Amino acid sequence: MARYFTDEHEWIDLEGETATVGITDFAQGQLGDIVFVELPDVGAVVEKGKDAAVVESVKAASDVYAPLSGEVVEVNEALEDDPALVNSSPEDDGWFFKMTVSDKAELEGLMDDKAYKSFCDGL
Amino acid sequence: MSDENEIIDEMQTLPLDSWHRRKGARMVPFAGYEMPIQYEGIVVEHNWTRDQAGLFDVSHMGQLMVTGEKAAEELEKLLPGAIASLKPGRTRYSLLMAENGGILDDLMVTNATPWIEGDEEEGTEGHWGQVAYYLVVNGAMKWDDIAHLREHLDDDVTLTHMDDRALLALQGPNAATALNRVMRNVIDDMVFMDSVVHDFGEWPLRITRSGYTGEDGFEISVPAEFAESLADRLCAEIEVRPIGLGARDSLRLEAGLPLYGHDITEDTDPVAADLGFALTKKRREEGGWMGHEAVAKVLANGPAQKRVGLQIEGRMPAREGALVYLGDKQVGRVTSGGFSPTLERPIAMAYIDIALAEEGADLEVEVRKKRLPAKVAKMPFVPHRYHRGK
Repeated sequence: MARYFTDEHEWIDLEGETATVGITDFAQGQLGDIVFVELPDVGAVVEKGKDAAVVESVKAASDVYAPLSGEVVEVNEALEDDPALVNSSPEDDGWFFKMTVSDKAELEGLMDDKAYKSFCDGL
Repeated sequence: MSDENEIIDEMQTLPLDSWHRRKGARMVPFAGYEMPIQYEGIVVEHNWTRDQAGLFDVSHMGQLMVTGEKAAEELEKLLPGAIASLKPGRTRYSLLMAENGGILDDLMVTNATPWIEGDEEEGTEGHWGQVAYYLVVNGAMKWDDIAHLREHLDDDVTLTHMDDRALLALQGPNAATALNRVMRNVIDDMVFMDSVVHDFGEWPLRITRSGYTGEDGFEISVPAEFAESLADRLCAEIEVRPIGLGARDSLRLEAGLPLYGHDITEDTDPVAADLGFALTKKRREEGGWMGHEAVAKVLANGPAQKRVGLQIEGRMPAREGALVYLGDKQVGRVTSGGFSPTLERPIAMAYIDIALAEEGADLEVEVRKKRLPAKVAKMPFVPHRYHRGK
């Protein structure tokens, strides 16, 4: 399984044709206490770079963009009862949704963990 | 861009800037300054303030002194509250009014007229010194306020911008316990909205029992050069931790306290804003203050809308700008909203058509094209716990 990162601070685990998407530890740290996550509907078709989810912290609402184009096949229902999972386990239990990948070419230009780490260090 | 513009655009730093950074604060631009939005996290800091005591740096706010024999009557031309009857050492919430009945700013005014002790040997009796009023105004509005006051106050009164002072707010149920340990017998007799001057060693402080969280607490004006030492002294107490702007906002929202520029503006009048308590009864009737004519009309006819609280169902917060509906009809707009850490649910303030601005009215708020059920709720959302004495 390969993990990719975007410069919008999302991570993507690619397993076969399915990608699991979440926000990074860096992102959750910036957002602060997360009180609500609005996830896309299962079956929704999302487009790379367009709104896919919304994260609400105490302070503000932030858009989460789809890192790839495809169809949402599953959402993390645990976030409904416990949105703070995004703070406590952003890159594991706090995943957002799973999606099909319609164009693997979109993976080009995404970062691996080493590149993402130096990207964050430069911020 | 010219050099001059660069200077203007540059964020200013507050006296405690490096202190905040050492405490691990995340700094953000606010009201023209770099300010601490949070240290540990908004929810932890919010809850700490409700349970213990939080120290807030509010040095961005404007501290002004208006002095002169005619200071009270001059201020009464611009503020709708009774200033002349405000006793020395007492503080009141008031509004700087626009001619159109809108609100230019909200502020705290304290009668700071000093008592001069008599001297038996010299044969002088105790007497009141120069008449003085201490004003604390919003940071983002202070330059406009100063210009407005300078334009309208008579030349016989003097306006001083005390920009050499910092302002710290110690807020929470254990604020008094902690402050008492730092400086003994200073606040013992103080109740909510009392204000004293106190020389703490060589630091000339003004301590006012007031705040913006709904909790008991104090606002301490201190010369900027001593601000860091005072902050360290206070934070050395076991009950006290530094708290950022993020929690300040969620605390004041729970306390039902309006935020200037959001819940009250030049386009909202005090009646619609539900700040009628700031219009002293006699002065409502007699007028003589800027904006009275317009406000009197609203008082006579009733406002079209009123600022109310909203309890929102579910967990999705409604933010400033969200529209409020009854069926298909838009009946209001949210002016500030967020997630209440104390109640663990979303709450908001909104201006709602007067017919629906009744506690319990069932409405809907639209957030990202979804309708959320919302009920008009009593404010404060979390009860105030001011120290009013016996």
